[in-house]
Amino acid sequence: MSNREAMLEKLAALDAEHAKALAGGGEKYVARHHKRGKLLARERIELLLDPDSAFLELSPLAGWGSDFTVGASLVTGIGVVEGVECLITANDPTVKGGASNPWTLKKALRADEIARANRLPVISLVESGGADLPTQKEIFIPGGAMFRNLTRLSAEGIPTIALVFGNSTAGGAYIPGMSDYVVMVDGGAKVFLAGPPLVKMATGEDADDESLGGAAMHARVSGLADYFAVDEPDAIRLGRQIVSRLNWNKLGPPPAPSYEEPLYDADELLGIVPGDLKVPFDPRDVIARVVDGSVFDEFKPLYGSSLATGWASVHGYPVGILANARGVLFSEESQKAAQFIQLANRTSVPLIFLHNTTGYMVGQEYEQGGIIKHGAQMINAVSNSKVPHVSILMGASYGAGHYGMCGRAFDPRFLFAWPSAKSAVTGPQQLAGVLSIVARAAAAAKGQPYDEDGDAAMRAYVEGQIEAESLPMFLSGRLYDDGVIDPRDTRTVLGLCLSAIHSAPVEGTSSFGVFRM
Amino acid sequence: MINSVLVANRGEIARRVFRTARALGLGTVAVHSTADASAPYVGEADAAVLLPGNAPGETYLRGDLVIAAARAAGADAVHPGYGFLSENASFARDVIDAGLTWIGPPVEAIAAMGSKVEAKKLMAAAGVPVLAELGSVDADDLPVLVKASAGGGGRGMRVVHRLEDLAGEIEAASAEALSAFGDGTVFCERYLATGRHIEVQVLADQHGTVWAVGERECSIQRRHQKVVEESPSPLVERVPGMRAELFAAARKAAEAIGYVGAGTVEFLADEAGRFYFLEMNTRLQVEHPVTEAVTGLDLVALQMSIAAGEALPAQPPEPVGHSIEVRLYAEEPAQDWQPQTGRLHRFALPACEFEPGGPRSGAPWVRVDSGVVSGSEVSPYYDAMLAKVIVWGATRDAAARRLASALASAQIHGVRTNRDLLVWILRHPAFGAGDTDTGFFERYGVGEPLADKEAEELSALAAALADAARNRATAKVQGRLPSGWRNLPSQPQRKSYAVGDSTYEVSYRLTRDGLVTDGDVKLVEASAERVVLDLGGVRRGFAVAAYPGLVCVDSALGPVALTPVERFPDPARQLAAGSLVAPMPGSVIRVGVAVGDEVKQGQPLLWLEAMKMEHTISAPADGVVAELTVGEGEQVEVGAVLAVVRAGEDA
Repeated sequence: MSNREAMLEKLAALDAEHAKALAGGGEKYVARHHKRGKLLARERIELLLDPDSAFLELSPLAGWGSDFTVGASLVTGIGVVEGVECLITANDPTVKGGASNPWTLKKALRADEIARANRLPVISLVESGGADLPTQKEIFIPGGAMFRNLTRLSAEGIPTIALVFGNSTAGGAYIPGMSDYVVMVDGGAKVFLAGPPLVKMATGEDADDESLGGAAMHARVSGLADYFAVDEPDAIRLGRQIVSRLNWNKLGPPPAPSYEEPLYDADELLGIVPGDLKVPFDPRDVIARVVDGSVFDEFKPLYGSSLATGWASVHGYPVGILANARGVLFSEESQKAAQFIQLANRTSVPLIFLHNTTGYMVGQEYEQGGIIKHGAQMINAVSNSKVPHVSILMGASYGAGHYGMCGRAFDPRFLFAWPSAKSAVTGPQQLAGVLSIVARAAAAAKGQPYDEDGDAAMRAYVEGQIEAESLPMFLSGRLYDDGVIDPRDTRTVLGLCLSAIHSAPVEGTSSFGVFRM
Repeated sequence: MINSVLVANRGEIARRVFRTARALGLGTVAVHSTADASAPYVGEADAAVLLPGNAPGETYLRGDLVIAAARAAGADAVHPGYGFLSENASFARDVIDAGLTWIGPPVEAIAAMGSKVEAKKLMAAAGVPVLAELGSVDADDLPVLVKASAGGGGRGMRVVHRLEDLAGEIEAASAEALSAFGDGTVFCERYLATGRHIEVQVLADQHGTVWAVGERECSIQRRHQKVVEESPSPLVERVPGMRAELFAAARKAAEAIGYVGAGTVEFLADEAGRFYFLEMNTRLQVEHPVTEAVTGLDLVALQMSIAAGEALPAQPPEPVGHSIEVRLYAEEPAQDWQPQTGRLHRFALPACEFEPGGPRSGAPWVRVDSGVVSGSEVSPYYDAMLAKVIVWGATRDAAARRLASALASAQIHGVRTNRDLLVWILRHPAFGAGDTDTGFFERYGVGEPLADKEAEELSALAAALADAARNRATAKVQGRLPSGWRNLPSQPQRKSYAVGDSTYEVSYRLTRDGLVTDGDVKLVEASAERVVLDLGGVRRGFAVAAYPGLVCVDSALGPVALTPVERFPDPARQLAAGSLVAPMPGSVIRVGVAVGDEVKQGQPLLWLEAMKMEHTISAPADGVVAELTVGEGEQVEVGAVLAVVRAGEDA
């Protein structure tokens, strides 16, 4: 199978999973929702966005591999509203009434983090039945962060807007409660701490939904609603009007006014990563199909050649790129990376990490040569760097190499995986082999015969499990990336993320940890 | 000797006269109303004088102000154009008494022809065949035509088919004539429902030479206003010997009143070639360019040289080829010719610059005499004619084909016009056969738009794609990301456009594999101004121009004006059911009901005057007048709610 065929097969599988997220609660619930005269989550978003602008959905596979619907009953993403890049979230009321499960919470908190780090105004399209009660123990206590985040964003001067289409009750009432601007839809919004039955139980009072939390009441009596919308499109119109009056200015430098498209066809990105990740590929083939004019000014090209570093621009934004060229990171590559990251911080240039690494080199010679020290220099640089980072997992991202290349724990502003990527502590066969060697040694030490059949079975099982758990859909389901993307979209995704990133100031640092020499 | 000429008129005829004046080295002076202050003819003149106000009675009909303007601006001659004061004998006298040169016929000739009733008697005495005026009308005379004695241009003219309507129509015609010409006299004559309107251009100098320069046929008319005019007349061409008789009658008419200058003798003819004197127009006609096209003459230049006392050669030139003129009106033929107003965003016709008679050999050519330019405002105060488009061709077929294509490819944006109708006429088999009597529209209708439903649909798609290109090009952020990019596409981009009563919903996605939309359409290229589509292997270009609330798409499939449907209807702007809105800007001249009145469907509620026409606003259904938001004399904007009628059951 050619590289391209292998990639297309993986893309088809990815599309099938994305389709599950798009289907939401399925035809029956979609039809019921429409019948009530309501718009779907993505229909609301589409109407909110500027016509013909782009929308990048984030974490679309959240909850993949769990008992919950793929997408976790929440849509999040970055889109342009009245010329302003916003972080948009929308409950999907067709999935269990839009109730939040543990993955919903993780996805929402990740969206908050993206909004905070990049200074993106937040628009919440609210219609949620509250917490998924069977899993409330996973949600209730950490879930408070959703409300805390909203007001902290506000405190940082990042506007928060809630458009309330339906239920937003109990704890959910604090989504509008903590937002700067609130729009409620007549006949749809229901915002109260306790509904009629609970009020009856608590105080004996008879009250109806409308008097406890309808749009008209909140707009005229409680003042919780700043705007009263006659219907859903009207709420979205008002939301756009609010954004148009934010007087919003991006704080990062603007992109170059003009730039060239790559000289090479993005379609060829499908054929670069081999089906078998043991076969190396040249990341410059990727860079040539992603960066402006296919221009990549390489830094230290003759030194530490397993890692390519250099300067380029993407959609007019200058970037520094670190790309694994032959999998393994040696001392030279680590030191080269540490220097390059410091240089990018001196010039306040964002960094892009293109992953295809099996980790730092092991073995006597390398341990004695100080590979830990040098790897630590790279990880130090990556950890303390203040310029925005974006990571793209193209192929392997194993071991400490994942860390050094700015893996999830190192807070890249965005991290996306290609369908060909794999992340784990090491490769599945290597891991199974290690377990086998340890077991064999243990048996030998006890003088017991080694069960070769059992070993083979164990290796197969471990290999299978690690393989499954290192695949991008699995990791994306656990929110370890921001989404799995088609390699052909890499330039677009980077361009969109860089543009969003530049909503916040882009400034480097000269303050790093002690570089162990 | 004339040095500087004032044109006591507006619009295209003022521009037309100025062009010749400039060509002859004369100065030019315009007069204009308040609404016409920025009209092209005003800016193009050497000097312009404001006649304050807008109604003709305050402005272009104020002879005293016009003469004062000529004095103030140093004009020594006055050209009256057509309409307004052009056939007003006392104005001509005042001009002459003021020591200015009158570029027109003698005062006596104007006076003699000014009363149609008297003119007919005069002509009958001179041996010119006439259609008798009816002293009293009885059932046998029906249908009859009620005409303003001082009239022209169809104003004050009514066809009456039923005796009981006669009194009312006479009253209405008289009122219209009074407001248009300052004289309410009307008379009746037998109405030839399907006659031919044939007229002869005459030119007479002060030395006794009288030319019959050629005939024109102007049979295709709406509301008694000419729409298509041509020379030579297909009827005259067909009937042997008719031209000689016609020309002799025209010369007789001119000679009978001692005519000097350019004039037109109008006849009504039947299919057998019998003809009757209708009236003589003692001025330049709107349709004079067709005569110029076939003869090579500049009639305005000849008017000026005659006024200066110069002599005509003994014989007029022989006409060559065929010329057709169409009048481009801002009107909606399918809605009872309702006049249209508003900003004419773009007016572009592929044509040669004006020349009074281009070459009379070779390929056909087109001349445009327009009163407007791109950006002009079409006001409700005056005639709705935007331009005359004239073609010359070696044959009638060649001329008609060229004119139809010039009109079809014109870019006319912002104001609805009769352009599609004109193209339809020029391409109609009956027109091609020369079968062009005054009953043309009654017989054949007013045609279909050039663009059919499929063209409208494709134009809507082109409009949407051009809009997408504009949105990308003007985006404040992410402008160069792929249009409408999604990593998880859930629905297409959607845009809606209204064309007349139809709404077109366009759904499209622009993907790495190209355009995804309904139908077998590929996108070749798109910018904000131009979209090229590949339709099953055939590429077609669409020129797109977007204005506030309007998108105009021009292509070989026909022009389409689309109204983008707003994404978010403003809830405050929704109309109450039963609301009656003003179809055009105008003033309320009468209110016939009061709030609370019960009304029947079709009952007139109030009357609007706009574009010198009365428009009735009638009850849409039986019910009760719930609201009445305007009163008599009030000026209303188009779309303003005038009244609300609540239907019977929920009243």
